[in-house]
Amino acid sequence: MTNVQLISFSLNGQPVEMEIPGHTLLIDLIRDRIGLKGTKRSCDMEVCGACTMLLDGDPISSCTTLAVDVDGKEITTIEGVTPPNGLSRIQKAFVLHGGLQCGFCTPGFIMAVTALLKTNPHPTDAEIRHYLHGNLCRCTGYTKIFEAVKSLAAEQVSEDAASPAARRRNFRLETS
Amino acid sequence: MLPTPFEFDRASTVAAAVSAVGQEGEGMFYSGGTELLLAMKMRVIHTERLVDIKGIPGLDRIVLNDANELEIGSRCTHVKIAGDSVIREHVPALASLCANVANVRVRSVGTIGGNLCFGEPHADPPTMLGALDARLVLQGPNGTRSVHADDFIRSELETVREADELMIVIVFPRPTGPVTYRRFKHGERPSVNVGMAWSMEAGAHSIKSARVRVGALGSKPQPLKAVEGVLKGLPVHDAHRAIQSVLAAALDELDVNEDRHGSADYKRHLAGVLLLRNAEEAVAMQGRAT
Repeated sequence: MTNVQLISFSLNGQPVEMEIPGHTLLIDLIRDRIGLKGTKRSCDMEVCGACTMLLDGDPISSCTTLAVDVDGKEITTIEGVTPPNGLSRIQKAFVLHGGLQCGFCTPGFIMAVTALLKTNPHPTDAEIRHYLHGNLCRCTGYTKIFEAVKSLAAEQVSEDAASPAARRRNFRLETS
Repeated sequence: MLPTPFEFDRASTVAAAVSAVGQEGEGMFYSGGTELLLAMKMRVIHTERLVDIKGIPGLDRIVLNDANELEIGSRCTHVKIAGDSVIREHVPALASLCANVANVRVRSVGTIGGNLCFGEPHADPPTMLGALDARLVLQGPNGTRSVHADDFIRSELETVREADELMIVIVFPRPTGPVTYRRFKHGERPSVNVGMAWSMEAGAHSIKSARVRVGALGSKPQPLKAVEGVLKGLPVHDAHRAIQSVLAAALDELDVNEDRHGSADYKRHLAGVLLLRNAEEAVAMQGRAT
């Protein structure tokens, strides 16, 4: 195959090195080649936020990001913010407040909220709404999602969801 | 959907990027990809080579230069501009605009240069940059040239930029009066937007000149010449009434595309509402400044 690019990056704290065609999209690399299916593809046009991953901590739409762009960077997916046993404080808050219905948008919301709280641990109501405006829930459960995030904003952070310890996952990379 | 296969190159200088795009076959500059990759996935744009400009130093610089102009590197992301201390100090309305482009993911990687070069009529920055009297500096194989923001977008998704010209920097005079921007939107793109910038007479009681641009209605941002004319030399506190006196006629001259977001009359009305709110804000800002 022509135009194969060698990329190396950190995926949820683990080093990955692989060869990919230059036009590979990040979401396809993560879901289909590496096999982490937690990230969802929905609108495929950067509007819905279901495919949100963190690139060096910043939220991006993995459906419209070239995999070559993560070379040398750190990628965090929903698997990377989920503890091996149980749920993170953000996930627990979503459960507690009923912030999910069908659950399809939830991984994207969790990633967005992770990024929000990392840069702004105690966002105001307006800041929460502004930040999450680009994540869509087709069950329209926004009020409960908002309440979940609001409860987190009011908390003193006891556990850093993005800490190296929390990121260490025991999935196997199937780098075929 | 997948884009059709292409070569992927990285450039470390502007000259190398320009040369790589200009090689045989069709090449394109690439940075955030938030517009370009969408179009490539929909297969409405095909390119044989993408040349990544993110490794070129200096294109993400924001400075107030010695000529009292603001310079914004073309590949500054919206997030960067929104949080930049120089922009927040001198043009807070532009920082706020960039903090509200599309969504947080697009703002993380999407650049202001890419936004302009795409020529999307429903975009925020072109309207504001027209009001700010910006010039856009392009570098091609034969050197650099400046294009005024008003002249850059030719039509829908079409600009005067040649394929092998890279936009390197956006330059505009440091505003000396209130700058305001408002938009009305469905989804993530503005369906009407209005940018206005006043420069003030010494003493700051009268408007020396005003620039008003209305965007998203036609294929490119349009000036409201009658409003600009009536504001020139006017005491600040008369601005709102003066605008109202010429507004209906000025709005009638706008080129408006009717679409599912509204009729021409409806959109003209919205533009007028946004403009008057901008004016109120500008008057209030000037009241605080004096």
